[in-house]
Amino acid sequence: MNAPLPAAAGIDPAQRAQRQAQVVAALSAVLPGHALLYRREDTVPYECDGLTAYRELPLVVALPETEEQVAAVLRTCHGLGVPVVARGAGTGLSGGAMPHALGVTMSLAKFNRILKIDALARTATVQCGVRNLAISEAAAPYGLYYAPDPSSQIACTIGGNVAENSGGVHCLKYGLTLHNLLRVRGFTAEGEPVEFGSEALDAPGLDLLAVVVGSEGMLAVTLEVTVKLCPKPQLARCIMASFDDVRKAGDAVAAVIAAGIIPAGLEMMDKPMTAAVEDFVHAGYDLDAAAILLCESDGTPEEVAEEIDRMLAVLQGCGASRVAVSENEAQRLRFWSGRKNAFPASGRISPDYMCMDSTIPRKRLADILIAIAQMEEKYALRCCNVFHAGDGNLHPLILFDANDPDQMHRAELFGADILETSVALGGTVTGEHGVGVEKLSSMCVQFSPDEREAMFAVKRAFDADGGLNPGKVIPTLHRCAEYGRMHVKKGLLPFPELERF
Amino acid sequence: MSAPDQDPALAHLIEQVQAARASRTPLQIVGGHTKAFYGEPPQGQLLDVRPLRGISSYEPSELVCTVRAGTPLAELEAALAEKGQCLPFEPPRFASPGNLAGGTVGGMVAAGLAGPSRAAVGGVRDYVLGATLLNGHGQVLSFGGQVMKNVAGYDVSRLLAGSMGVLGLICEVSLKVLPVAPATTTLRFELDEAQALQQLNAWGGQPLPIQASAWWSGTLVLRLSGAAAAVHSASQRLCKEAGGEVVDAAMAAGFWLGLRDHTDEFFAGAQQAVAVGATLWRLSVPQTAPPLRLSGEQLIEWGGGQRWVVTTSPAATVREAAAKVGGHATVFRGNKAGGALAPLSAPLQRIHRALKAEFDPDRIFNPGRLYADL
Repeated sequence: MNAPLPAAAGIDPAQRAQRQAQVVAALSAVLPGHALLYRREDTVPYECDGLTAYRELPLVVALPETEEQVAAVLRTCHGLGVPVVARGAGTGLSGGAMPHALGVTMSLAKFNRILKIDALARTATVQCGVRNLAISEAAAPYGLYYAPDPSSQIACTIGGNVAENSGGVHCLKYGLTLHNLLRVRGFTAEGEPVEFGSEALDAPGLDLLAVVVGSEGMLAVTLEVTVKLCPKPQLARCIMASFDDVRKAGDAVAAVIAAGIIPAGLEMMDKPMTAAVEDFVHAGYDLDAAAILLCESDGTPEEVAEEIDRMLAVLQGCGASRVAVSENEAQRLRFWSGRKNAFPASGRISPDYMCMDSTIPRKRLADILIAIAQMEEKYALRCCNVFHAGDGNLHPLILFDANDPDQMHRAELFGADILETSVALGGTVTGEHGVGVEKLSSMCVQFSPDEREAMFAVKRAFDADGGLNPGKVIPTLHRCAEYGRMHVKKGLLPFPELERF
Repeated sequence: MSAPDQDPALAHLIEQVQAARASRTPLQIVGGHTKAFYGEPPQGQLLDVRPLRGISSYEPSELVCTVRAGTPLAELEAALAEKGQCLPFEPPRFASPGNLAGGTVGGMVAAGLAGPSRAAVGGVRDYVLGATLLNGHGQVLSFGGQVMKNVAGYDVSRLLAGSMGVLGLICEVSLKVLPVAPATTTLRFELDEAQALQQLNAWGGQPLPIQASAWWSGTLVLRLSGAAAAVHSASQRLCKEAGGEVVDAAMAAGFWLGLRDHTDEFFAGAQQAVAVGATLWRLSVPQTAPPLRLSGEQLIEWGGGQRWVVTTSPAATVREAAAKVGGHATVFRGNKAGGALAPLSAPLQRIHRALKAEFDPDRIFNPGRLYADL
């Protein structure tokens, strides 16, 4: 966590009021009165997203109901030089939808229709405000589903998934949002209609869809998405394996992959996390285990039987102290219940928690766990760990009390330390939650000044005036200079020896 | 990627790029010299990437291989095969009797071409995890990384797949690799075009291990790949359901290889037709698009999503047929007077031009290779 202070602190109230009046007057010409919010009590609900520690009051909130209105809002704001922050369900965890103090927050919540489920083509065309899970629900009667399943899937919207390139517990086998999309239709910063990708498997020219996905709303505004649907596997079974040592569990993860198995899901929880979730869901987790692995197989019954046997052989060969295989769907869901409730369970044992999201090479799982344990002592804060172990994506949950400024400060330092250690281990500061405002400073560590400038170049190519969601994702030179940490040069030494181990 | 001061091959490439910038000399990036036919005609002084050769790191348990751009694809695939892994998207190698090494890894990424399994497993871009680029400012930049999940900054590395080198010189890439499936079976069915398309889409909606398909001249060939039990049960079911038969494994392997590298009967015939004035088109269309009814030979892959057409019909006719069903048409081999690629919409064209201007302001890298004005 290394977000900026609210910018509003430095803005002259009279100037703000004047600017607000100007923007409201201009937008009144293109939006009905009820679609325009600017009084404090109306705009407060928009002051943050899922990252509640950082808040900013938007100048104006626009709630367009038609595509023409979206285009008109964009054109108007572009003309006035007013930043626009597009917003979906506001479940993002990195502040990607945090308002701009002098900008318009454009809520796209009203674009919530499923336009078409084409069962033969295995595609769904939906508006940006459709919830992730609603797509799978609508596709279920055809035996199909939308594969990426971020934990927030009951609430998060597909437009936000496109912005963040969201993952989930099944992405090792089924891919991220990008791998399950065909087409994004929306508007440029100037309000011009634009389409990336197509209903075919590729489109002519540069693969701009690949860069729009995961760009956190900084390159274009997504209004409509065509996603691929997958046939629902006939059966899924899950193995729960206990290990008495985190290193053994980490090695088991690598061994499963090395054996040529791509599990449908491969997740890890450490002992403190297991204790927290068991207290919450009472699923019968092994409280003595140093780490628990959940390893899932899906497919036809024959395929699953074959794969479960291979997985069991590897896990037992790696010294699992206890294994259980789900015998039915209810038991499988019980195995998963704790993992899926890791965040709320953490919320019960601590007033606040900070969720990190770095990714490391799988074989470094044990190293990072041990490093985090040392950091717990260094920063005098507790940390529970859940991982998408199969793809090396960590979610350490740092527990703290935000009412104590010193604890808040230590939690931020703890988080930054985890991110920087991850980069040094050959990983990345964010696997699936995005940079937003939260990890801006950590980007200074992962990318060189030239690399960051190239990202600004991409931004300029799509949005010359920088009006879409400015200030997110890419830190300025000035910010990195102030942060004062060195860029960790990638690749120079593939696995640098670190002093901290 | 090692730093230029520790890597003479990279240092030399940077020198060549700096010299080209200074003299405004266009550079034609080459690896295995196998894809000069593809895209708009290459022009400029040759910039040979082959000195940048070798696998930088390969961790089978990480499913990641980092490899330098000038490495022959065949060399990379041999290293992966040793560990029971592969590039699942089956990029064409275009090896020939005079060029046994075939194409390079850099060329594979730059061209962005994928083989028979594309529809089932994804394309080149879906397997690019990271890349190091030498841009038109002479800077060496790394994007993405060596891990599966990474949303730190814009994904410039994936943008390079299919970029035809117009944004800069791809120096090194990190690729996701996968285990070779334990079992594979090939089936053949006698079906006409409309039946085959209907059947492929219907099967596509069911949990079947279909990994590749090809229809040509009344025959549909299907490859099943996955766990032995799943392949076996699907094979029995499909044969019964649609009157198929299992193809001999060695013959099937040869067929898929020929299709992948464009050496099979259809592509050999296409080359002959091109030599006497026909055009080989690649139409990328929605898988459910109905038969296109263009004149000439046609081979359908990717569950209906890729249609190869050898025809003498005017370019406008072919482009219109593709556009009408929501797809696009590329001149793969033959007359490119109407442009190799389908034209872009105005906003996309503006973004393309702006990206080129930012990454390569002096237009030294493969100018005109993707679109004439880039």
